[in-house]
Amino acid sequence: MSRYPQGREKSALIPVLHLAQNTFGGWLSTETMDYVATLLQIKPIEVYEVASFYSMFNLNPVGKHVLEVCQTGPCMLNGSDSIVDYIYERLGIRPGETTPDGQFTLKTVECLGACGYAPMLQLGEHYKEHLTKEKIDALIESCIAKSAALN
Amino acid sequence: MEKALKTLTPDQVTDEVKKSGLRGRGGAGFPTGMKWSFLTKPEGVPRYLVVNADESEPGTFKDRYLMEFIPHLLIEGMVTSSYALGSNRSYIYIRGEYAWIAHILEQAIEEAHQHGWLGKNILGSGFDCNIYVQRGAGAYICGEETALLESLEGKRGNPRIKPPFPAVKGLWGCPTAVNNVETIAALVPIINEGGEEYAKIGMGKSTGTKLISACGNINKPGVYEIDMTISVEEFIYSDEYCGGIPQGKKLKACIPGGSSVPILPANLLLKTAKGEARMMNYESLADGGFATGSMMGSGGFIVMDDTQCVVKHTYTLARFYRHESCGQCSPCREGTGWMEKILWNLETGKGRSGDIDLLWDIQRKIEGNTICPLGDAAAWPVAAAIRHFRDEFEWHVTHPEEAQKRNYGLAHYADPLSVSVA
Repeated sequence: MSRYPQGREKSALIPVLHLAQNTFGGWLSTETMDYVATLLQIKPIEVYEVASFYSMFNLNPVGKHVLEVCQTGPCMLNGSDSIVDYIYERLGIRPGETTPDGQFTLKTVECLGACGYAPMLQLGEHYKEHLTKEKIDALIESCIAKSAALN
Repeated sequence: MEKALKTLTPDQVTDEVKKSGLRGRGGAGFPTGMKWSFLTKPEGVPRYLVVNADESEPGTFKDRYLMEFIPHLLIEGMVTSSYALGSNRSYIYIRGEYAWIAHILEQAIEEAHQHGWLGKNILGSGFDCNIYVQRGAGAYICGEETALLESLEGKRGNPRIKPPFPAVKGLWGCPTAVNNVETIAALVPIINEGGEEYAKIGMGKSTGTKLISACGNINKPGVYEIDMTISVEEFIYSDEYCGGIPQGKKLKACIPGGSSVPILPANLLLKTAKGEARMMNYESLADGGFATGSMMGSGGFIVMDDTQCVVKHTYTLARFYRHESCGQCSPCREGTGWMEKILWNLETGKGRSGDIDLLWDIQRKIEGNTICPLGDAAAWPVAAAIRHFRDEFEWHVTHPEEAQKRNYGLAHYADPLSVSVA
């Protein structure tokens, strides 16, 4: 809060929503958003309207590992379509879908600023670039291993 | 930084920036010194510097490089700029997806504090300054300066109506300068060498160096620093830069300054309509206006080889702008969606003969009719694609089944001199 001048605490809303999403299973439920509103002493609608505006905030439950594949121009030129197809082949999910075991969600997203390292996807807070089928295989395996270790 | 704080007054720093001829590196190319001189300085009201690190223009990934590998350069440029502008509290607004870069910046800020380069009484100069990093959450529109300020205030990224400009009423209603990462980083060489020396680099009104992020169908994608005196041809084919087109394919087209600027076919990219070699600088890339030229923009250089489809590429850009439209202005909110649907129909063999004229009509009605430049940014790529590749669009209508199986190849480029201003 000391990052902002007195009386401007609402500016903390987006950082707090990031924190809330990371803490509460990767998405923002109405209860979570209401809680954020009480923390910042603002109306719940002020939280909802912001959470629904920004594409990084998920308003519905997502899988443990969210694969966000960039599909804008420069990535398309370098084969992002085949990356999406290959993930379907491996996991049986299309963009917007989650695997039945709740492990993986596939999303297509617009430009992530990695055009020179295309095709690419974002997994959590990390970028995975210069993708190939082999790299996707390895990525999926490491996600499964990570989940198994947590269980 | 030390030189500025110890030997120059804030106004003298601004004067050096004016002398340097530095132009905003975010895309608009507006002279930075002039932008700063618009900042009002009412008594008792704080002023702010906000660095725009919301890099989201497709094809652009230069600020990312700068922040990831030389974050201290940005911090030093920010302290110097904050001193010139009188900002004791400066912000870096970074796109939410660059989470790991936000950590890098936080660490660099912490290091600066430890050495007395940030905080109270910096290097004994009596100047106080703190820098804070704020992450966005996925919205291209927040790269527009007033939308960025709204977002920084904890709101939806809806651009504000200008005037008032941020220099008068910006962050929390106070005078604010919003500058791109690369612009602020350029302060360091400008102050070290002096504005006049800096202005000697480059050509004409394109002074200094510019970062170009090159991508698409090239052998060596990446970020290159150029001094704006090299030709486009050299940039694409020289091993020092892009290293040519992979697999011996031919150059078809290029978007030289980020997805919003007009696409150019190979012939107009390498030579202007006057037949002169096109150079990698603000004036030369814009030579010929939108009829036969393009723009330097953000330096996002997207190259397409002869196996690529202009209709499909334009479709992905239209989809991008529909997704990123904030929805305030109906021409943009509705128009971007219409353009996306029509382009999808054309690409998937469901196009009709009137669709190309309809697309042209829609983009004309978006351009200039919106609060912020996103409307123009959405209209220009569609307009330029039709202007230069109309034959390829028509082929999609007349050969719907063939268009599903193969790409059109190289376009039958019109003679540059015969392209009229539409």
